[in-house]
Amino acid sequence: MQFFRLLKYAGKYKKYLILCPLVMIGEVIMEMLLPTITASLIDKVIPESAASGNITKVLLYGGLMLLMSVLSMGFGMAGSRLSALGGMGYSRNLREAIFTRVQRFSFKNIDKFSTASLITRLTTDVNQTQNLVMMLVRMAVRSPLMMVMALIMAFRMNASLMPILAVAAPILLTAIIIIMSKAFPRFQIMMKKYDALNASVQENLIAIRVVKAFVRATHEKEKFEASADDVTATQRAAEKIVIWNGPIMQILMNSCIIALLWLGGGQIIGGTMQLGALSSFIQYVMQILMSLMMFSFLFVSFVMARASISRICEVLDEEPDIVNPEKPETDVKDGSITFDHVGFSYSGDKNNLVLSDVSFTIRSGETIGIIGGTGSAKTTLVSLIPRLYDVTCGKILVGGKDVRSYDMHALRNQVAMVLQKNVLFSGSIKDNLRWGDENATDEEITAACKASAADDFVRSFPGGYDMDLGQGGVNVSGGQKQRLCIARALLKKPRIIIFDDATSAVDTATDARIREALRSHMPETTKIIIAQRITSVMDADRIIVLNDGQVTDMGTHDELMQRSEIYREVYTSQQKGVA
Amino acid sequence: MPPRGPMRAPAKPKNAKGTFKRLLDMMKEHRGQLLLVVLCIIVTTGVSSFGTYLLKDVYTIIGDLAAEYSLTGVMPALTGLTNLLITMAAMYLASVACSYVQNRTMMMVSTRALNSVRKKMFHHMEDLPIRYFDQRTHGEIMSRYTNDTDTLREFFSSTFPQAVNSMLAILFALFFMLRLSGWLTLLVIILMPLMTVITKNIGARSGKNFVAQQKAVGALNGFIEETMEGQRVVQVFCHEEKAMEEFGKRNEAVRVAGTRAHTFASLLGPIMNNLSHCNYVLVTLVGVIMIIAGKNNPDSIFALQIATLLAFLPMIRQFSQPISNLAQQFNTVMQALAGAERVFELLDEPVEEDQGYVTLVNAKKDEKGNIVESESRTGLWAWKHPHHDGTTTYTELKGDVVLEDVTFGYVPEKTVLHNISLYAKPGQKIAFVGSTGAGKTTITNLLNRFYDIQGGKIRYDGINIQKIKKDDLRRSLAMVLQDTHLFTGTVRDNIRYGKLDATDEEIERAAKIANADFFIRHLPQGYDTMLTGDGANLSQGQRQLLAIARAAVADPPVLILDEATSSIDTRTEALIEKGMDSLMKGRTVFVIAHRLSTVRNSQAIMVLENGRIIERGDHDSLIAQEGKYYQLYTGMFELS
Repeated sequence: MQFFRLLKYAGKYKKYLILCPLVMIGEVIMEMLLPTITASLIDKVIPESAASGNITKVLLYGGLMLLMSVLSMGFGMAGSRLSALGGMGYSRNLREAIFTRVQRFSFKNIDKFSTASLITRLTTDVNQTQNLVMMLVRMAVRSPLMMVMALIMAFRMNASLMPILAVAAPILLTAIIIIMSKAFPRFQIMMKKYDALNASVQENLIAIRVVKAFVRATHEKEKFEASADDVTATQRAAEKIVIWNGPIMQILMNSCIIALLWLGGGQIIGGTMQLGALSSFIQYVMQILMSLMMFSFLFVSFVMARASISRICEVLDEEPDIVNPEKPETDVKDGSITFDHVGFSYSGDKNNLVLSDVSFTIRSGETIGIIGGTGSAKTTLVSLIPRLYDVTCGKILVGGKDVRSYDMHALRNQVAMVLQKNVLFSGSIKDNLRWGDENATDEEITAACKASAADDFVRSFPGGYDMDLGQGGVNVSGGQKQRLCIARALLKKPRIIIFDDATSAVDTATDARIREALRSHMPETTKIIIAQRITSVMDADRIIVLNDGQVTDMGTHDELMQRSEIYREVYTSQQKGVA
Repeated sequence: MPPRGPMRAPAKPKNAKGTFKRLLDMMKEHRGQLLLVVLCIIVTTGVSSFGTYLLKDVYTIIGDLAAEYSLTGVMPALTGLTNLLITMAAMYLASVACSYVQNRTMMMVSTRALNSVRKKMFHHMEDLPIRYFDQRTHGEIMSRYTNDTDTLREFFSSTFPQAVNSMLAILFALFFMLRLSGWLTLLVIILMPLMTVITKNIGARSGKNFVAQQKAVGALNGFIEETMEGQRVVQVFCHEEKAMEEFGKRNEAVRVAGTRAHTFASLLGPIMNNLSHCNYVLVTLVGVIMIIAGKNNPDSIFALQIATLLAFLPMIRQFSQPISNLAQQFNTVMQALAGAERVFELLDEPVEEDQGYVTLVNAKKDEKGNIVESESRTGLWAWKHPHHDGTTTYTELKGDVVLEDVTFGYVPEKTVLHNISLYAKPGQKIAFVGSTGAGKTTITNLLNRFYDIQGGKIRYDGINIQKIKKDDLRRSLAMVLQDTHLFTGTVRDNIRYGKLDATDEEIERAAKIANADFFIRHLPQGYDTMLTGDGANLSQGQRQLLAIARAAVADPPVLILDEATSSIDTRTEALIEKGMDSLMKGRTVFVIAHRLSTVRNSQAIMVLENGRIIERGDHDSLIAQEGKYYQLYTGMFELS
């Protein structure tokens, strides 16, 4: 069972999870003894004391019962504390395990789970299982034990009345199981429809301008009405079954009481039983039926949490598909890159390649431009260099060695990449830049920012390098964000640096300034630049023209202008109209 | 079982009384059913207490019969006992029936009420002005559909009937306890204040701790969200260890705060449970002493029958249980009211106003060349303009747009656009260029009246757009926005959004114009490929192509392209332009773009800065001016 597998994540909090049910046993024992003592107090002590006129024994019994109540309360409170300690500790460790696993994921693993679904698993799903665990440690032992104890006590009190229970309990259990097993799938359908309903509201919120611009409010309202009615119908279908729970429980309990009063009454009249015993017996039977009910609820929450549990297991079971080799190389000699008949497919399917038969060599220190249309696999090509994905066929050498032979961190520290969809994090500008180099001095940071043409605007901010960027770096404009991301990558002082459309929001003059700074400051570093703008790559040593996953040409601007039709087309589409 | 009461952070409605009244008002149409529910609850709680009370009679009869049998040795007739038990059985049966009727009715009422709340909210939301959406986060509005309606659902389906049940149960139990024994009742009631004080105290503490926990959880979740969003960057920078360290800190903070909160929340159960046990013990003790006293002195006012005590004992539970329940139900009611308040807040938002009376109608030309209204779709549209004197004039829809001295600000204190004037004739392409915040997008917001101008005039085919019905105005304009949004459904459905009755051929033609046909055919199911989650399975460029196709199928006289091709490479863009040019022949096009190659062939380019048009002209004349546009073009100046 997946659930028990997850339990091992409790780690050092396991002791609370074990201790809690034990304490609950104490509470149950105290609680279960009370009716028996009451019965003997009424049936034995009253006649005795009434005869002798001495109530010491009554007080003694009373004192004992009070003590037991207080003990029971103590046990109960301890149980609460322990379940909180255990449950929260468990969820802490489970969250950590998931988070750690995600940190080890490769890009391919991340592609498989959407960001939103990873967040759900780390938050809602973990909470669900945590609630289940907390309930489980308190109830899983408590209710069955209560039932067993009540059974024993009732049996000892009067075995001849037990058949009533033997009839009632199975009926109750069957009824509950039938109700739950019928209702549960219906609730699942309802939850799915409910999620879809909320998703459509969200969609409308995001796209409200489209809805209004196309005057589609009526259309959307009709769509919403239909799915709202659908949710209601499925909800009714599910609840229609569940509402039988209460009445069935009542009818069974009441039948038991009547039957016990009738049969037990007869025994009392016949002198084989006493009033106090009958009253306590009734209480025990009620307890038994109640714990049966509780137990079935437990079962239901177990089933309800199943989806969350399996979603969590999916993440924990996902094997990082890129791992370090046995004896990793840690030294990247230089910034040379060789693609040797490289083919790649996101699905690993050799017949459906995104990149096919790509071969070229880049010398250390060269500046390479990459040009290609939407969907020509430019980003895919460069992602293979820092081994964000593994090639499907062929091989890639960096510094003369296969990228798969390096220690991943060593490789990625030498291959810096400025991503197309780049992200800054909350914290100060300085904090963000230090991602490139933890120990960077203020001078180094300023130098990197100067090279990426970011120093001027950073200084103009209130607080300068200490200004807080806000979650996701919302406090800077697109062009500024790109330049900060470049500075962050420069601080790594890598052997290879890759710009994936990293200056699209930066003006051409600044763009040129950055490229000039790179050339003069890092002559040793290999620079790869992907761009939409032809001016960004024109002055590169060589330019790769990518079309539909294949390198159609590679050469200098002048060479390509002469022989590459695609390159010429791109060039003219951007130059048309220049006076 | 859902967590309730102190398991959630406490929420306080601002106006509990008013909201409650409104909630009742909303339930008015279900008055009859609710009355039935209350009646049923009266029967079930009454029967339950009365049944326990009758135990006294049952035990007395049994006791008497037992005494008779032991004295005489002859089995006495049991008719008295039998009759009593049959009466009880009948009562119980009635109560069970009522309980089913109650559940069923409440279920129907609550699902119905919830359904109508949802629909009301959605209908109202769709009619709210854009301003409402611009001022709030999606999460904020969404939570009204999720959290707030969930608390309402809980309120309708369980809290409300349970609270009524608790109150009635307390009353009935008190009544029958008094009938059994005044002294013992007094004993029970004396302990009540103690129980309430404890409940309140723990409730308050757990509430406070839950707020602390909520804060810690918020900090952790914020970090999780940010890290997951930026997971690729984390890996590229080998930042995994650092992220784990920070995560560990926040995770531990959640554990500490959560342990406190959950401890308090779950303390209440065992404390109340065992306090009622103590109560039980005390009553037993005192009861037994009274019984003994009664045996020795039957006339004493303290005298008590065993049967009475035995009936009284289960009654204690029936009295104390609902009291402790009520405390928790009170919290849930408060939460539901807070939720209801937020729902009502949405429903009270004023909807988009529309005083327009000029409408868009199908038209045709009669023999004399006059425009007359037509029943069927003719491809010719006209503005139907009713006048004060009762006459109606028709103006052909052409797409002639004039802005005269337009001034606008999103908030009155801050003017975003100053004295904008421009003329756009059918067949012209007008472009706006300028940095972020210069007011480019604002102009498009004004054209389709997402916002209304504060000064000046906008005329459409010579008609002030304030006089045109908003829906008709928007129908005559097609927009392709900066952020493309697609809907769950097939590719075909998404393109058809532009014109709901478009044929498949029209859709494919539009896709071809937008240069989207090629990639659509390469999707797994072509035009019938399902798009989910805002088209997440498409690239940004492909989404923009679809958005353009959607506008192309609408085929309006005026087209507004707001950064519509920013993620499309320049070669593809040039192809689209060609397609659009043929489509938009004789139509008016407004283009906003960052990339100057996109706007280059416009008839007029407006350079905006700080809400003012600082340069205007076509590409060549602007270059010749050697002003801002020239600087932008030669890369001497940056647009951010």
